[in-house]
Amino acid sequence: MAKYIELTKNNFDSTVANGVTMVDFWAPWCGPCRMIAPVVEELAEDFDGRATIAKVNTDEEQELAVRYGIRSIPAILFFKDGQVVDQMVGAASKDAFASKINAIL
Amino acid sequence: MLDCAIIGGGPAGLTAGLYTTRGGLKNVVMFEMGMPGGQITQSSEIENYPGFYQHGKTGMDFMNTWQEQCFAFGLKHEMKKVERVSKEQEHFIVTFEDGNSVKAKTVIVGTGSTPKRTGIKGEDEFWGKGVSTCATCDGFFYKNQEVAVLGGGDTALEEAHYLSNICSKVHLIHRRDKFRAAPSTVERVKKIDNIELITDTIIEEIEGDMMGVTGVRLKNLKTGEKSHLKVPGVFIFVGHNVNNSVLKDENGKFICDMSDWGQVIVDLNMKTSLKGLYAAGDMRIEAPKQVVSAAGDGAVAALQVISYLQEED
Repeated sequence: MAKYIELTKNNFDSTVANGVTMVDFWAPWCGPCRMIAPVVEELAEDFDGRATIAKVNTDEEQELAVRYGIRSIPAILFFKDGQVVDQMVGAASKDAFASKINAIL
Repeated sequence: MLDCAIIGGGPAGLTAGLYTTRGGLKNVVMFEMGMPGGQITQSSEIENYPGFYQHGKTGMDFMNTWQEQCFAFGLKHEMKKVERVSKEQEHFIVTFEDGNSVKAKTVIVGTGSTPKRTGIKGEDEFWGKGVSTCATCDGFFYKNQEVAVLGGGDTALEEAHYLSNICSKVHLIHRRDKFRAAPSTVERVKKIDNIELITDTIIEEIEGDMMGVTGVRLKNLKTGEKSHLKVPGVFIFVGHNVNNSVLKDENGKFICDMSDWGQVIVDLNMKTSLKGLYAAGDMRIEAPKQVVSAAGDGAVAALQVISYLQEED
């Protein structure tokens, strides 16, 4: 079963460099982040082979949070070939995330 | 056909799921778009739920304890967003965001409420870029910085207290000089050195740049005096809007009786004006907006569903 990728400053750039990537900036203490956690897991399976689904723990990866100006979580950034092309803030449904990914695939 | 469709996975929905399934109903599904828990998971502390008195535990810690129990008797959970509920002859149709639908004999709605936006200039523009309604989520990003908190109710004061432990200073802005929050909470907040109370004052504008919020423009309602506060973060706690859209039909008309404020009118049994439809928790009239009462509502609605189905058979 396909799983999402845990991103750190070491593998971030290489992971988002090619193709479509959805990155969920989250933290363990954040209720809405916890709410969408199972949704992100399902998206990783649904988009296996078509898009990369990834997560950044902002508690551990503060440099990445600062780099992308994250001030509210969950923040979901959509990358295409390394560039941020869309973003969402706050919990949403699986369909809402999926349609954002599909729009840039 | 489902015996009961539960819409919403907060304390009301989870308790309704526990009671319906433990009461013998076999085919009960709770529709919640992600992990259940509800708004209380954003709360930095919970100290008024009897039986749970652990200092320093958050709303998220608290709701973790609900998960196993509420699913122990066969309640199913589907991660779907419900678009609307409608009634066709004697049964209900629950339609999802993707257009699919499911039939149910009864429905319990517990979709709760969402933090209200104020309409202040700059609020939408800097939403998620310095404007927040979740201190436990976003307080971390303002470690050792100054922030503003807007509001005078329990949530505003409790979250100001939470933020005072993280931030160098919290400016609590309230449009009156009296607070709606519980007296014990007000007293506690007044004793905290790094919370400054700015009363009789409103935020006229939230200002920012490319990176997000940089400050707020204030106006004192009594003196008319205007001032400016340099803060990178503004936390807004000014009440809630009822999430009632699932009860609207395709023409935008409600399927059951509602109050002028958009709350569902129920009786003491959580019955709505539509037979077989129940509402529980923050979305009903006169809701005290407490976890304990939402849970109580869920139990009441579930017991009503069980007897309704027995009568129908």
